[in-house]
Amino acid sequence: MSEETGVLIVGEIENGGISPTSKELFHAGGQLASGLGQPLVAALLDRDESDCAPEAIAHGASKVFRVVHPLLDGSNVEAYVAALEQVCRHVKPSVLLIARSQLGRELGPRLAFRLGVGCAQDAVGLGLDPSSRQLLVTRPVYGGGAMAVVRIAGKPQIATVRPKVFASAARDEGLQGEVVKIPVEIDASIVKARLIQKVSSESVGLKLEDARVVIGGGRGLDGPEGFRELENVAHLLGGAFGASRPACDAGWVEHSYQIGLTGKTVTPDLYIAVAISGASQHMAGCSGAKVIVAINSDSEANIFKEARYGVVGDWRKVVPAFTAAVRELLS
Amino acid sequence: MNVKIIVCVKQVLDPETPSSAFKIDREVKRALPPPGKDPVVNGFDENAVEAALRIKESVGGVVTVVSMGRAFAMDVIKKPLAMGADELVLLQDDAFETVDPFVTANVLAAAIRKIGSFDLILCGRQASDWDNAQVPLGLAELLGLPCLTVAKKVEIADGSVRAERVTPDGHEIVEAALPAIVTVSNELGEPRTPTIKGLMGVTKVKPTVWKLSDLAVDLAKFARVEVTDLFIPVRERRCEIIKGENDSDSGRMLALKLREAKLI
Repeated sequence: MSEETGVLIVGEIENGGISPTSKELFHAGGQLASGLGQPLVAALLDRDESDCAPEAIAHGASKVFRVVHPLLDGSNVEAYVAALEQVCRHVKPSVLLIARSQLGRELGPRLAFRLGVGCAQDAVGLGLDPSSRQLLVTRPVYGGGAMAVVRIAGKPQIATVRPKVFASAARDEGLQGEVVKIPVEIDASIVKARLIQKVSSESVGLKLEDARVVIGGGRGLDGPEGFRELENVAHLLGGAFGASRPACDAGWVEHSYQIGLTGKTVTPDLYIAVAISGASQHMAGCSGAKVIVAINSDSEANIFKEARYGVVGDWRKVVPAFTAAVRELLS
Repeated sequence: MNVKIIVCVKQVLDPETPSSAFKIDREVKRALPPPGKDPVVNGFDENAVEAALRIKESVGGVVTVVSMGRAFAMDVIKKPLAMGADELVLLQDDAFETVDPFVTANVLAAAIRKIGSFDLILCGRQASDWDNAQVPLGLAELLGLPCLTVAKKVEIADGSVRAERVTPDGHEIVEAALPAIVTVSNELGEPRTPTIKGLMGVTKVKPTVWKLSDLAVDLAKFARVEVTDLFIPVRERRCEIIKGENDSDSGRMLALKLREAKLI
């Protein structure tokens, strides 16, 4: 077996293609690879043969490892761990990057413990230690109130990467690459956590994560009624509405609308935070917005430190007047 | 049925600490406890305790709480007992102050092996200080157990655990045979508040305390993550406050401003 090394990216397959969050790994991984003087390679794990290898090559992978097994269906994390363990033995990458998706946030740590190596979750920055050439991961801690830089030990050094932090790599159809099939053996009995049923809440209209304008409501709305108002504004602006965790925990809106560290990450052009104090746990989900606007009655609220424009006032007065003016401007 | 449940909890700095009072020591790479503010039990771990107590109430069981750290505020770490948990095991040693999930999971695994028999291990989905979300998955690997994550409902029936797992667009129902690990999220609902009786009852309870030497683990072998820097990011944004004659006028002016900036 060849002694290959490189920066290995795990490409999650979604609807027959590489998932958008996995595509962001190519850019970040490419920089690490050139820093290490090693190739950027990708592992594509899928339940059946699909033609996504050219996409990985066009995004910068010089070699693509194809792993096909019926258990690799996007949900059986134990099967993914087993498959990647075998891939790592074959490829011997120095760094392994995984998107911090629902699957990735479990896959990264499990694989690290399986291989006895280190893993950092939720990377927002990736670099190399100038002397040891070990992976340095910048990651938010204390709910985003602080940033830690951690040095990871082992081979491979594993990081899961926060979505929407790194730009997607440019697609270049002229790039060349090799496709290598890696046969894996996965005994069905290793899958001990069984998926019984998926229950999706009916999402109405635009997905929060895709909206260019997002209106968020917080604890200060004092009840579910305020969200009708925000929904109106969102509709008017062709955007979507979301909420902070306290508003979801209070039962005013469903948890699927939650923006923040343990909720959704939004990166709109405009984020309007209404009656949200701006705790770091919330900002973790919206600080990627191009412009943040704050409406809050407390002039000392942290949100004004994050916002570009602010109104200090009672949302019950500010928002209806804002909505009326927007309606007029857009008519 | 008498389900034996272990709940792993962590004592953390109060995440509600206002950012003005949140300070770190960049030299030793550690957050400083804000003066006059007590630590708390990690919120998601309280959700895990709540999940354990609901199981205990529905099918019967014994709930053992395990916590690892250098030092504990006794009235804080006894809160799960005051809520209704039965036993408290503290893994307390100067060497147990770590942010390396590989170290933490190995120490907890050693303690859980020492405890011996259990059916279910419950953990919070992540700790609000280092947000690693790794230790429960590490325990699953080290103990060879299934792990169901981010649960908003946990039930035991017929030798299995069934959980409703929060997903970005709804939830999934997942199941595993016992023994198993489940991580719990805030969607489970508010953890119960200890009763006065509960609080009085635990004042004299002495937790079991195990030190590093009681667990026979070689910590040096487990170091995988080293913190090289810890800092509070500087925000450069300057907020322009839009101020009209009154709140309604401010709202109207905000719309005009956003239009002017071509944001709407």
